[in-house]
Amino acid sequence: MKKLISLNVNGIAHELAVEPRRTLLELLREDLGLTGTKKGCGIGDCGACTVLVDGVATFSCLTLAIQVNGCSVETVEGLTKDGKLSRLQQAFVDHGAIQCGYCTPGMLMTTTELLRRNQHPKEQEIRKAISGNLCRCTGYQKIVEAIQEVARSENEEI
Amino acid sequence: MKKYSILNSRVPRVDAVDKVTGKALYTDDIKMPGILIGAILHSPLAHARILNIDTSLAERLPGVKAVVTHREAGTTPYGVSPARYDETIFCHDKVRYVGDEIAAVAAIDLDTALEAVSLIKVDFEELPVVLDGRRAMEEGRPLLHDIYKNNICAEVHWHFGDIEQGKKESYIVRTDHLTSKMQDAAFLEPQSVIAEVDSHGNLTMWSSTQAPHYIQRTLAMALNIPLHKVRVIKPAVGGGFGPKASCSTAELATCLLAIKTGKPVKLTFDREQVFLHSRARHQFFHTMTTGVKKDGTLAFLDHQCILDGGAYASFGIATIYYAGSLLGGPYRLKNMKYDGYRVVTNKPACGAQRGHGAVIARALFEVQLDRIAEELGTDPIELRLKNVMEAGETTCNELFVSSFGMREALEAVRDSAAWKKKRSLSGKTRGQGRGIGAACGFFVSGAGYPIYRSRTYHCTVVTKVDDVGGGVTVSSGAADIGQGSDTVLAMITAEELGLPLDDVKVISGDSNLSVDLGAYSSRTTLMTGAACRDAARDVKRQILEAIAGVLCVPPETLDLKDGKVESLSGELDFSKIREEYLREHKGFIDLPNELCLTFREASRIAFLERGSIVGVGMYRPPPLGGSFKGATVGTSPAFGCSAQVAEVSVDLGTGEITVENITGAHDCGFAINRTQVEGQMQGSMMMGMGEALMEQIIYDKKGRIVNANLAEYKIPTAMDMPHLEAIIVESNEPHGPYGAKEVGEGAIMPVIPSILNAVYDATGVRIEELPLTPERLVAAMEEAKKKPSLQENP
Ligand code: FES
Ligand code: FES
Repeated sequence: MKKLISLNVNGIAHELAVEPRRTLLELLREDLGLTGTKKGCGIGDCGACTVLVDGVATFSCLTLAIQVNGCSVETVEGLTKDGKLSRLQQAFVDHGAIQCGYCTPGMLMTTTELLRRNQHPKEQEIRKAISGNLCRCTGYQKIVEAIQEVARSENEEI
Repeated sequence: MKKYSILNSRVPRVDAVDKVTGKALYTDDIKMPGILIGAILHSPLAHARILNIDTSLAERLPGVKAVVTHREAGTTPYGVSPARYDETIFCHDKVRYVGDEIAAVAAIDLDTALEAVSLIKVDFEELPVVLDGRRAMEEGRPLLHDIYKNNICAEVHWHFGDIEQGKKESYIVRTDHLTSKMQDAAFLEPQSVIAEVDSHGNLTMWSSTQAPHYIQRTLAMALNIPLHKVRVIKPAVGGGFGPKASCSTAELATCLLAIKTGKPVKLTFDREQVFLHSRARHQFFHTMTTGVKKDGTLAFLDHQCILDGGAYASFGIATIYYAGSLLGGPYRLKNMKYDGYRVVTNKPACGAQRGHGAVIARALFEVQLDRIAEELGTDPIELRLKNVMEAGETTCNELFVSSFGMREALEAVRDSAAWKKKRSLSGKTRGQGRGIGAACGFFVSGAGYPIYRSRTYHCTVVTKVDDVGGGVTVSSGAADIGQGSDTVLAMITAEELGLPLDDVKVISGDSNLSVDLGAYSSRTTLMTGAACRDAARDVKRQILEAIAGVLCVPPETLDLKDGKVESLSGELDFSKIREEYLREHKGFIDLPNELCLTFREASRIAFLERGSIVGVGMYRPPPLGGSFKGATVGTSPAFGCSAQVAEVSVDLGTGEITVENITGAHDCGFAINRTQVEGQMQGSMMMGMGEALMEQIIYDKKGRIVNANLAEYKIPTAMDMPHLEAIIVESNEPHGPYGAKEVGEGAIMPVIPSILNAVYDATGVRIEELPLTPERLVAAMEEAKKKPSLQENP
């Protein structure tokens, strides 16, 4: 039996009837067409599906849609403000932190949470924070460098 | 070096913004009205005869639109190498591994499709399984395929020079072994396919593939559709590393379901299916006997290898050849013998993976060089420097290296990693938990021959100037799978035409656009890059001829630079020539008012003069290689080479290995995009480190994978990876565009052996089985304590 839930995604309020087993990942990708959030495994092993739920980095593949009833969800599509890349997105672009890009949305969301919590994380803190986000292309070097650039700055905006 | 305006820079990749905003569309992101969802029935058994397949219950399930088996698909054999077509779309007589595909379903949604799959009833007669690659060839073992006697899918026997003579000249001769495990490429995006047929019978397939052209051919052949009626489109791809280069049952089955239903059908693998489909790294069993003269000159190599390739040939024929041929460099080696067998077993088929065929062979050979250096009392880097080839030399197996920065790369890592200082200590600290090791590598820059026998061009590029003027569109079949080839094509075109990157549009990865053999064998920058350069030059010539004609000046006196027509013979008056342009743009507010002629005007005026301006570039390597059997594999218009130093620390109690840092240098000829070259090197370091220390597919006794997920099949995380130093060496390859050659795969070559050599330095023990897990290391250290005499002096 479908259940009615309401949630806010990237600042927009939605009301939807969902199957109890529907995951947040399916809700985002299939019901809302927000395909920026990726599925690499579906079982919590890769981090590609990471979104922020009430500000907390969460694997959307392991989260049921009904669990986020009343929550506010942020996805990669919400990082751009007024058509401008966030500083973190821009740093990923500038540092070559992207290759295939499949890990990128999850990586950006995890890091956004980290930088909101801790404006100047050290390299080890960065590596620890993103250790649940697998990347097979970059060896993580340029990802870490991109995050470090934002972490060095005194600008509070991420 | 020549000055370029955009080449050799660090401009961001052209798809970067789309990828950080979530706009980039991967296959599974594509939506279509009325799309059906496909699912596949995989074999639960590793080896069995199929007695009966009953699909009636599945067909009756509401919501099911089609169920297909070999009865609908036919049994046309296909595969990668024409000499070894050993797969059919679905199994018909036997299943040969757990995961082998038996049937597929299209339904209104995934739940219905999966339920239908579970309703298909298959009667099997179980057969004994062959799981151990080393024993697969033994007399009396069960046979997987009638066509492979003794389960041998391919064998190679090469002898170059004279190893008996080499033995006579040798001062030290030693034999060593190294075994690896099957790997998974672990790209983050599981394979996904959409297929659709239009009202004219044209089949279009979107797929996360590395090789649209080969897939187009295979679909046409196996489904018996004319080639020109098949179109393969590659959307954004989330990594491939080899396995996505061969055609899969997922692709064939989805097309078949689309044909049967007349509706678009999507099929996306879950992570377990990625493991089951595999087509990743083989399992290797290498034995090498190497001799050197007293002065350290290499005298000979006698190499035996068995490759466990799983159930089907896939790319394996190339793999077995590469495993031998790529030891011809980067050292001068006059005498080399190679006996290789690729066997089939009841496990998922292996294929190509980054560093195709050559990675484990390279690892053992580089370990041997280290052990020999120790016996000779020589520094291992010095021993290597003594033997490295130089540009202009040819290997004993007739591979010509036209540019070769091997010496520079080795010296670069030696100096950058402070090797001399650190290594001088290791004589005293050997076995005390810290170690440093070095190794080199050698790899092709594009396979010299296509997979099917033909004189075909390996790629064509068509660059068309916008009829309205202003920019250009580059069309290519090349496959950007994350390595950044679209950016390379855009940069080359922008450089040639003097345009900003934003005025070059690249459309690629579509078999309708041009022939391009695809993203494999590290070929795209050299081959498609050359074709792209020529297409841009063709465009430039036509524009300048048109403008020169109007201005009544020789075309050689004009050039395109900084978005303008530049006159090499003094100032020109453009007022006349732009009159018509101004007239036809009445009402536009961004009209040119400069003294010079902009590209926007020039390209439009050229159109007014001559109509559409289209430039074409093509690339086909010259005939390469020797005339012996298998001489084509390993040939390439150019060869990359690399060197690496790894530093590790080892907990001598638990055997836990920490890689402290990696310094690599790679000769890519010329770096079109410096950031991307480093990115390929760093990604290679990560994949090699995973293979060295943690990655292995584990099977149970029945041939089932027990770790078919990314938690238990461990790949390095950001916590595992050290700082990665990537040094670019540029040797200016004469056969590559602007001097460029490969980096995508060659950079993985030295990774495993440099770590193995560093772990030996740290522990005093050698391991002959990969991955180098803590358990294996502890066991080896215990063993060494029991019989210290058998280990090299710790
Ligand atoms: S898709 Fe959610 S963790 Fe992998
Ligand atoms: S960029 Fe490909 S997985 Fe991270």
